[in-house]
Amino acid sequence: MTDLLLEATGVVKTYGAVNALREASLAVRPGEIHALLGANGAGKSTLVKILTGAVRPDAGTITLRGQPCQVRSPAEARASGMVSVYQEPALIPDLAVRDNLRLTGTPIEPFRAWVAELGITTLDLRALARDLPLPTLRILDLARALAIAPDVLLLDEITAALPADLSERVMDVVGRQREGGRSVIFISHRLIEVAALCDRATVLRDGQTVGVLDITEGSENEIVRLMLGPAANGLAAPGGPREPAVASAALPAATAVPAPDASTPRLEVRGLRAGRKLQDVTFDLRAGEVLGVAGLEGQGQDELFAILSGDDRPDEGELRVDGVPMRFRHPADAIAAGLVLIPADRMQALLLQRSVRENIALPAVAPVRRWGPIAMRGEGRRVQGAIQQLQIDTRAGAEVRRLSGGNQQKVTIARWIAGGVRTLLCFDPTRGIDVGTKREIYHLLRELASGGAAILLYTSELEEIQLACDRAVVIYGGRVVDEIPAAEANEARLLRAAHGLRRGAIA
Amino acid sequence: MMRRPDTAEVLGAVRRGGWTLGIYLVLLGLVIYTWILNSRYGLDTLAMAALPLAFAAAGQAVVVISGGIDLSVGAMMALTSVTAAVLMKNAGEEVAVVVVALVLLLGIAVGAVNGTLAVITRVPDIVVTLAMSYVWAGTALLVLDRPGGGAAEWVQDVVKGDLLDLVPRATVILALVVGIAWVPLRRSRLGLSLYALGSHPLAAFRSGVPVQRTKVASYAICGFFAAAGGLALTATTGIGTPTTGDYTLKAVAAIVLGGVSLAGGRGGILGPIAAAYVLAIIRADLVFMGVDPNYSTMIQGGIMVLVVMVAGYLELRRRRR
Amino acid sequence: MSTTPGSTMSTRSSLLSAAAWRRRLRDEPVIPLVMLLAALILLLQVVQPGIVKAEWVSTTIKFATPLAILAACQTLVMLTGGIDLSVASMASLAGYVAASQSPSFGDPAGIAMALGAATFVGLINGVGIGLLRVQPLIMTLGMGLVVAGFLTVYQVLVVSSGAAVPEVIGVVFGGTTFGVIPNSLFVFLPLATLILYGLRRFGYGRLLYAVGDNQTAARLAGVRIGAVLLVVYVISGLLAGIAGLALSGVSRAATIALADPYLLPSVAAVVIGGTSIFGGRGGYLGSIVGALILTVLVSLMTVLQAPQEVRQIVYGTIILVVAAAYTRVTSES
Repeated sequence: MTDLLLEATGVVKTYGAVNALREASLAVRPGEIHALLGANGAGKSTLVKILTGAVRPDAGTITLRGQPCQVRSPAEARASGMVSVYQEPALIPDLAVRDNLRLTGTPIEPFRAWVAELGITTLDLRALARDLPLPTLRILDLARALAIAPDVLLLDEITAALPADLSERVMDVVGRQREGGRSVIFISHRLIEVAALCDRATVLRDGQTVGVLDITEGSENEIVRLMLGPAANGLAAPGGPREPAVASAALPAATAVPAPDASTPRLEVRGLRAGRKLQDVTFDLRAGEVLGVAGLEGQGQDELFAILSGDDRPDEGELRVDGVPMRFRHPADAIAAGLVLIPADRMQALLLQRSVRENIALPAVAPVRRWGPIAMRGEGRRVQGAIQQLQIDTRAGAEVRRLSGGNQQKVTIARWIAGGVRTLLCFDPTRGIDVGTKREIYHLLRELASGGAAILLYTSELEEIQLACDRAVVIYGGRVVDEIPAAEANEARLLRAAHGLRRGAIA
Repeated sequence: MMRRPDTAEVLGAVRRGGWTLGIYLVLLGLVIYTWILNSRYGLDTLAMAALPLAFAAAGQAVVVISGGIDLSVGAMMALTSVTAAVLMKNAGEEVAVVVVALVLLLGIAVGAVNGTLAVITRVPDIVVTLAMSYVWAGTALLVLDRPGGGAAEWVQDVVKGDLLDLVPRATVILALVVGIAWVPLRRSRLGLSLYALGSHPLAAFRSGVPVQRTKVASYAICGFFAAAGGLALTATTGIGTPTTGDYTLKAVAAIVLGGVSLAGGRGGILGPIAAAYVLAIIRADLVFMGVDPNYSTMIQGGIMVLVVMVAGYLELRRRRR
Repeated sequence: MSTTPGSTMSTRSSLLSAAAWRRRLRDEPVIPLVMLLAALILLLQVVQPGIVKAEWVSTTIKFATPLAILAACQTLVMLTGGIDLSVASMASLAGYVAASQSPSFGDPAGIAMALGAATFVGLINGVGIGLLRVQPLIMTLGMGLVVAGFLTVYQVLVVSSGAAVPEVIGVVFGGTTFGVIPNSLFVFLPLATLILYGLRRFGYGRLLYAVGDNQTAARLAGVRIGAVLLVVYVISGLLAGIAGLALSGVSRAATIALADPYLLPSVAAVVIGGTSIFGGRGGYLGSIVGALILTVLVSLMTVLQAPQEVRQIVYGTIILVVAAAYTRVTSES
């Protein structure tokens, strides 16, 4: 007799040569919020997909309310009372919201009630899903799941890409699922949220369950220790200094530029305006510094980075690189001026079917003058150098899609390292990446900066500004509203500014 | 709960249905122009000429909307055409009713085979239907190796001339078939599933859409319309021909002109049907204008290229803000 | 460790697991293709003993060359995730222009005009697809119709001046040296080598794969997608022109629809050869073997005196079976 609501034991899943899950297990009690944690590649997503019928396991048993349970499709999972909400909203872009509801047989009134509960006040059911902003879609996806009152709700990074206020509402609503004996499996990289919301946690590492613990004061340290395993020596709590795991190999000559001088900023942005989101952004970026950009969702940072990387054009404003006015019509122009972009979404940056080498060497063959024969040995040397510097694990084989998430992100950075970095634009480079790789990346950014590169870093996790940056600008309503040196850039100060509150406001 | 639509809604609906509206306006314009050119040209002749392509376009539209493509439409039409012709030859008028039903079922079965193979082998749709087009074309030759067979009198009559001297019978048949087979489907769960599959297969899967069954269904529906097209061929010509003209690619042209996105998830059947009529009427107009018939293919292809190039250009402009 | 049956090719065969073999096959898809080709040739020999000899090989290569060149067009274009449904029309155009203009302007001029015309059509395709971002299927379909229509008009205009396949074309693509080596190899081998080398060792070759794999990523890395696509369709036009000349040389005739039956087989050869129709993966070597397989298949069915309907059915079935087998081997999940 078990009082567990959901139990999975001995789950195994192999994709070709890759062992996604080795012996994973999970036990969820009724009426609890249970966190599922682990580094990228640890197997969390695979386990979730198995639980909700998106993928079939090679071995293992799953029982729901004590009865063995074999879900073979998301539809069957729904029928059994298990629903998951993925990072990418499962709404059909070309269908109206109302049709999306009809497609899944979701009752309209409960849905409306949940949407209002989650903080969205105006909702037109006739709007096409493709016309709605991402945070709204995620809320709708969640409301759709809640509307059928599932016994087990699986949330995969539900608060990622949500503005802080919506995040709070979501966590509040999720917390109340406990009433009525319903449970939630909560996946998140934001340990602070996990600590605030969850009752217990299961930690996965390398496809195995390495620990199950109750969440109490200070559990974060234990969690991080379990997630990182034996490599966790010398690890302090998040926010403190840490030993770098990345080899401090000699940097390629191109980035060994003399120490930053105060004369001409590497990048000058004046009065940038674009569409309705970007109103008037002005700031300087100097060589040798890491400048953080902090802001809530949709304050113009997407447009800013798109313009700086050449992917889009501003309506007004001026851009100067090393004092020279520039106008970018295509990413190739920006790259030629030394501005390179690391986008948030790895899927936008990588050629998944191609090899690591082709991915890293891609910018080198992009210009028309390089369309001819490739100097293979020189390329090989540069690529190997970048792989070694970033310690990219290329064991998974010839196709980049077989690498883990963290390694894939390293490849997106490596392609610019291989050619020498002058100005790096990082847009949320560590979104959805495990703690260990995050640290490596931030340490790398610091290294590049001290080698003379100028780095502009946007991150959605405010607590990391102090970790990686020299100073920070806060963007709100399409404008830069505050500029803060790193020492003073604590979360409270950043959050206030990010919400548009002026300095010196109460509390 | 009905409310008055506000401007945003109206604009959204116009944007979505705009292309279909446009093509019907073009059709109307051409009809008027044709009438000016040659007032003796009956709409019924036009309707008969356009009927097979209209059905082919309808079938292709369904498949493309759900994210696939069917390069065997022409071959399926040939197969059903000759089967109908062989079965109806020398058979009585009453038997012909059964034949029509059987042939439609045959179309559904053939289409279902296409879909099932695509699902089982996981080979891309374009390749599966490319390969099956040879198989079905060969099967058509097996049934009838040269033009022949026959068609029952009433079958031929039902697509000829005007109903009540007003509307071409061919158009009535087209409207009936589409009305019965597609309209109730479109807003049903299956119809939404078709659009979902074409719009975003992963989201559709996660939304609980039975992806494989839906895919097979889309090809079966296409097979149904292809069979209707084959029957139309037999009805309008009175015989069956095992090697039909280039209906497959012309159907693709018609659906693009009719506002269906080759990427899937967008468009409908009404637009492609109008486009089929437009193509037929252009062909007729060229003849009336005394243009050398040899130019006709070139002009039709040229129109298609121009339309998609202009559309592409406008889309680019829109994306550049 | 499990062994796979019949693995006599490698000395370590007893140590290779099934998974390793699958990976091998996926990374070197040409091997099973060549085995299939060999099997077909063997079958041919069994059905009509003595047929497989030097002359047969020579003739087969001669007849496979135009298809192999058309398969090159499709390979390059399909690597970018596109398709070129106008290759047959462009090929017919080139063959017919060469035949109809050479009597008046001489062979070199006639050939130049032929290739120029085909390349020009490719350029229009490239403008539509590369610059205006029209879907390749529909753009090339439309241009194919335009060219086919143009040829019917053009034929009427030039019928008076007569049409004859230029002598040099007939010799190069239709003739043999020492009675055994097909002359077309002297054109095809350098061409194929250039294409194979270009795909592997040229920056442009890498870009074809990049554009086919992920256009967004390529663009953000500085690749000018429009330029890459424009160029590939121009190349496709030029190669189609060469294929058309080859075809008219092989068949010693030039009609306006000469290459039409080769359109779908050109796609089939590339698919059989293992290039993904979605782009980003594949290569030309497989397409060459694919073209050979299809040519031998036709030869086999001719020898068997199979009626047209059986030929069609077998043709389609083989394409499907090979594509399915290939999909099976390359998919992991």
